[in-house]
Amino acid sequence: MTAQAGARVVLDPTGEKRPVARERVPRPASLEGLTVGLLDISKPRGDILLDRFEARLVAQGASVKRYAKPTFSKPAPMDVRKQIAEECGAVVEALAD
Amino acid sequence: MPAEPLLPSGLVAFVKRDCPTCVLVEPVLAELAKHTELTVYTQDDPAFPGGVEPVDDRTLDVSWHHGIETVPTLLSVRDGEETERVIGWHREDWRRVSGVGDLGSDLPERRPGCGSLSVDPDRAGELAVRFGASRLAARRVELAALEDEMEAAFDRGWSDGLPVVPPTELRVLAMLDGTTRAPSEVVAVVPPDLVECTVEKVAINAVMAGCRPEYLPVVIAAVEAACTDEFNIHGLLATTMSTGPILVVNGPIRRAIGMNSGANVLGQGNRANLTIGRALQLVIRNVGGGRPGEVDRATFGNPGKLSFCFAEDEEGSPWTPLSTDLGAEAGVDTVTLFPGEGPRNVIDQKSREPESLARTYAVNLRSVHHPKMVMGFDCMLVVGPEHARVFSRAGWDKARLIEELHSLLQIPGSELIQGAGGIAEGLPPALEGATLPKFRQGGILPVYCGGGAGLFSMIIAGWVNGATGSQPVLREIRP
Repeated sequence: MTAQAGARVVLDPTGEKRPVARERVPRPASLEGLTVGLLDISKPRGDILLDRFEARLVAQGASVKRYAKPTFSKPAPMDVRKQIAEECGAVVEALAD
Repeated sequence: MPAEPLLPSGLVAFVKRDCPTCVLVEPVLAELAKHTELTVYTQDDPAFPGGVEPVDDRTLDVSWHHGIETVPTLLSVRDGEETERVIGWHREDWRRVSGVGDLGSDLPERRPGCGSLSVDPDRAGELAVRFGASRLAARRVELAALEDEMEAAFDRGWSDGLPVVPPTELRVLAMLDGTTRAPSEVVAVVPPDLVECTVEKVAINAVMAGCRPEYLPVVIAAVEAACTDEFNIHGLLATTMSTGPILVVNGPIRRAIGMNSGANVLGQGNRANLTIGRALQLVIRNVGGGRPGEVDRATFGNPGKLSFCFAEDEEGSPWTPLSTDLGAEAGVDTVTLFPGEGPRNVIDQKSREPESLARTYAVNLRSVHHPKMVMGFDCMLVVGPEHARVFSRAGWDKARLIEELHSLLQIPGSELIQGAGGIAEGLPPALEGATLPKFRQGGILPVYCGGGAGLFSMIIAGWVNGATGSQPVLREIRP
């Protein structure tokens, strides 16, 4: 990575065996028995999209929990994020309009 | 690294307005500009000196690259090569170099200059980073605009659970001033990932741990010691036991870097003690990839796995230091690594005779890991001043104490075998008739330190000893 002028740069303290960018969490191997959170960000028609997700996920063996942000214009409140992290193995966040 | 700027041919002067001698020679420079090919680099004020068209060197790019230490400095340059250098104002030299015979007739014969801004201690680090960036090989990690630099280290898994100092290049270069070794020199191959760890990587982790540059040689020696086959940091890391590396520092460096060997010696409050031990653990974690829950399989661990490092009180000790016991020359700086668990207090406020106090030690040492386990584990016996006095007054040296402890810790097999005392843990029944020592020869390591008041000592039980476990390892600390 080439550092941009003026950017804050630190030196990598590791053995440099892993990429700098944060790695993604591995995809779940199966939906069977997985609890999937469906997060409605409170945009119009997001609920319709998530209703379809719910039907299809349940058909494939997952269980579903629904959550909603108070408004799409701000990040999800900490307690919502915490609740999803505690209760779910995966999450789908729906845009719509 | 930016390319070194070439000097123009002719005379080249470096000045700053903040220097009285430079102000003094201002008319001289104006005079030279009339008669010679002159370039003046100005370090602070682009309008100074008057009477010439100065070149702005406020970035100090030209001054730094040409090693200007004093202003004014006058150079004679031919085809980009410096052929002569005059430092400060010296009339005869300026006349000779410039070929202008009546130069500065109304000025004093000589006047010393001032320090060049390119060697200003306050700016030296920043300039070294700007101009010397390619010295360091580590991957650069750019933080996102909205990323908090302290949180960034946690997010990337670089922290032991406490905040770390962000390892900027400026801080790492300052840290590297603590050693004469090249940043690229390989210190050790660090388990479990078996990564070659350079001086630079040690320095980065030492910055994060909070070390000062003068601690770096101790950290480097500790990394060397930890990664030997004898010390076996891989096994010590991977064990389910709670043990970790413990560092004991001997030699004059203890005082030079302000280590604690007195009150609260095993506790908090001393930067050198705490950060040196932490730096070693961060090297194991970050360079070696040894993390709790991964290769580190400790059931409980112990708080000392954050950092466990202390100095022996050689000046106060009636005994030889640990370092010479382990073969080092007296007065040599060393770090000894011992694989140990958390320390445990031994109280004896009544014994005034060495025989009695030795017995107190023996009954407590018997319980190391289990009273029915023998020979498999060493121990460090940290003797405080008030206990040590009981032995020294009676003329007991360290060897005498160790000999007494070994003889008090010869244990009948009947007490050690499985089922003895109603406890299933124990040795095979065939050893019932044997007498076995609690510790192998060399397995008791007394160290002297601690505060002046308190009739206490401390026991630090070791991890599995011998070829399959870990041996105490001493390394000389080199600058």
